[in-house]
Amino acid sequence: MPELLPPAPPRRHLLSVRDLTRDDVERILETARSLAASLDREVKKLPTLRGRTVVNLFYESSTRTLASFELAAKRLSADTMSLRSSGSSVDKGESLKDTALTLAAYDPDVIVVRHPAAGAPHLVARWTDAHVVNAGDGKHQHPTQALLDLYALEEALGRLEGLHVAIVGDVLHSRVARSLVQALGLVGAHSTLIAPPTLLPPGIEALGCEVSSDIEDAAAADVVYVLRMQQERMAAGEAFVPSLREYTALYGITPERVRPGQVVMHPGPMNRGVEIDPRVADSEAALVTDQVRAGLVVRMSVLYDLLTTTPVPAPVAVEVA
Amino acid sequence: MMLFCRNGKSDSLTLEGRVVAAAQALDECLRITVTDGVISAIEPVAASKVVIAPAFVDPHVHLRTPGREDEETLRSGTEAAAAGGYCAILAMPNTDPVVDSASVLGALVERARAEALVPTGFMAAISKRQEGEELSEMVELAVAGAVAFTDDGRPVVSAGVMRRALQYSALADRPLVLHCEEPALSRGGHAHEGEVSAELGLGPYPSTAESLMVERDLALAAAEERPLHLMHLSARESVDALRRAVEVGVAATAETTPHHLCLTDEAVRSLDPNFKMNPPLRGDADRRALRHALRDGTIGVVATDHAPHARHEKDVPFEEAPFGVIGLETAFASLYTHLVVPGELSLETLLERMSTGPARAFRLPEPRIEVGARANLVVLDLEAEWQVAEDGFRSLSANSWLLGETLRGKVVTTIADGRVVFPGDER
Repeated sequence: MPELLPPAPPRRHLLSVRDLTRDDVERILETARSLAASLDREVKKLPTLRGRTVVNLFYESSTRTLASFELAAKRLSADTMSLRSSGSSVDKGESLKDTALTLAAYDPDVIVVRHPAAGAPHLVARWTDAHVVNAGDGKHQHPTQALLDLYALEEALGRLEGLHVAIVGDVLHSRVARSLVQALGLVGAHSTLIAPPTLLPPGIEALGCEVSSDIEDAAAADVVYVLRMQQERMAAGEAFVPSLREYTALYGITPERVRPGQVVMHPGPMNRGVEIDPRVADSEAALVTDQVRAGLVVRMSVLYDLLTTTPVPAPVAVEVA
Repeated sequence: MMLFCRNGKSDSLTLEGRVVAAAQALDECLRITVTDGVISAIEPVAASKVVIAPAFVDPHVHLRTPGREDEETLRSGTEAAAAGGYCAILAMPNTDPVVDSASVLGALVERARAEALVPTGFMAAISKRQEGEELSEMVELAVAGAVAFTDDGRPVVSAGVMRRALQYSALADRPLVLHCEEPALSRGGHAHEGEVSAELGLGPYPSTAESLMVERDLALAAAEERPLHLMHLSARESVDALRRAVEVGVAATAETTPHHLCLTDEAVRSLDPNFKMNPPLRGDADRRALRHALRDGTIGVVATDHAPHARHEKDVPFEEAPFGVIGLETAFASLYTHLVVPGELSLETLLERMSTGPARAFRLPEPRIEVGARANLVVLDLEAEWQVAEDGFRSLSANSWLLGETLRGKVVTTIADGRVVFPGDER
């Protein structure tokens, strides 16, 4: 028989950083730190979400987000299943609504949604009873990425309050940049978006950040956060910059552009030699693999936070059946 | 004959109310007697609860027929128009097939004679298949009943084709009605370029995508000395361009919509596809410019751009949803609630911009309140409050930006061409 589960917490979904308070962020990061301790044990599984079901519904390709959500659910003993748009009924033209309703018929506790259109996870939240986690919607939001970036930053620098983060690159097409600016603002850090004018959407400063097109402005920051320059943005007639060569010359993060003491982050996947010089990517200053590791514990924490209200149990190994 | 509807017996009845007709400088309490569809007597009475006005004219309606009769038909669309207080509507030609030949238009006219409750006129396409390349046979279309020409839904991209359309339409003696959008600037756009689209990561549709085309078309119209009508203006830059052109004598008229007058792009934050329109909802300065232009008459026409969409097509993420909202049944109440009640616009001006304004712009018979005129009247209860509900529409579609909202002002009765087409809401 399944054990008695605690009552549902007040926060039902994680759709946008806008829905979070500073307390929410600090609680999620605190829980993630406790969970990280459990991962150092020989048996890495916690019984916390036994009997719960987590469904990953991914309409866009993903390596680290999907892998870490799957693993996060498994580490918490939840049943998990992942559905990608290719090879499913989506290929046959099934609508998002019908796919969501189909999945909802299995009574999942959580549906993790990635979708190329803004607001898709919000719709899934409206159509189903599940807790919905936004794993990236269009160019809108990627809240778990922002949370894991905060986690990795705090682990590396020991604080978040007062930090200055320069976010460099294709801001226009980046849900990572939008979520991160809001998340940094929540915890008392601030950010500057640095990009060529064609990749800086007018009005973006309303998110609560500075904007600049001068890479020199990155020097003042504690952190240089490099965004992926997407090759598909270079299609003929749609090119936002004259060439990747000129982009790299003006905005590529080379060792010369990293001040001693600065750390460098990148959400992946990296285009080495385009937005980030391989010497920087492989340097001590780079937190890229720390970000990936943070992804697992932060996503465990997010699932935990949505499904329980009790404090994190002391890390104990689950009894093996 | 430019308006068509099914035959029916003219009605006889008596109405009492505060009669407001700005075009006739009328604002007094009167009893109007209608005999066999014609106003036969008008006499003063004591104060009255309801307002009587010339019925509304909507020059921008998508009836989705032929091709998408699941979204709207001539019957359902004209029932919606009747419930909204309209005595005449004009249907857009961006159907499937496009209304670009006399045979397609002729079939529609026959359907209107069989189905339409409210007199309905049809616009035909400027270019064949609305592809912006070859002109449609405008003279034959005008003879078959086309009220005007438009490629609505898309712009005439080529300035050369636009110029020839202006020149050639003189033969048909019909105005060109323009959807102004520079596709190189609007491509991939889902929302007004500004703080809201930046934060939501929605493809930007800047104001210049509209205003640049408005400027081009006004310049061509000035050079060719031809009239034109600008549809669904949304941006203050477009309004400024229009005002300058009118001052130097260009024969340009323009419309804007209830949603552009009432809302700004802040509404898009909900990511609700019922706030996705083309042109998009814009900023507060744009909305102020539209309201100002409506007051001073630079924009003389309120048009709904009633654009029904199937429920399943709007039940998708914002970026995947089609543009457009319905508006026939809510136009007056939404503008009365959002503009007249807060003192932004006078009732007289609103009623004029919904009736005489559009009738004059499209050279349709003006609804007038005088003895001997066919009765085209709307009776309004300004005190009534009602809630917009998804299941309350006569339209086959329910993609309204007002779902759940409580509105003030209600159409009580509509009389179109001497017949009671809307006897009141019994629901």
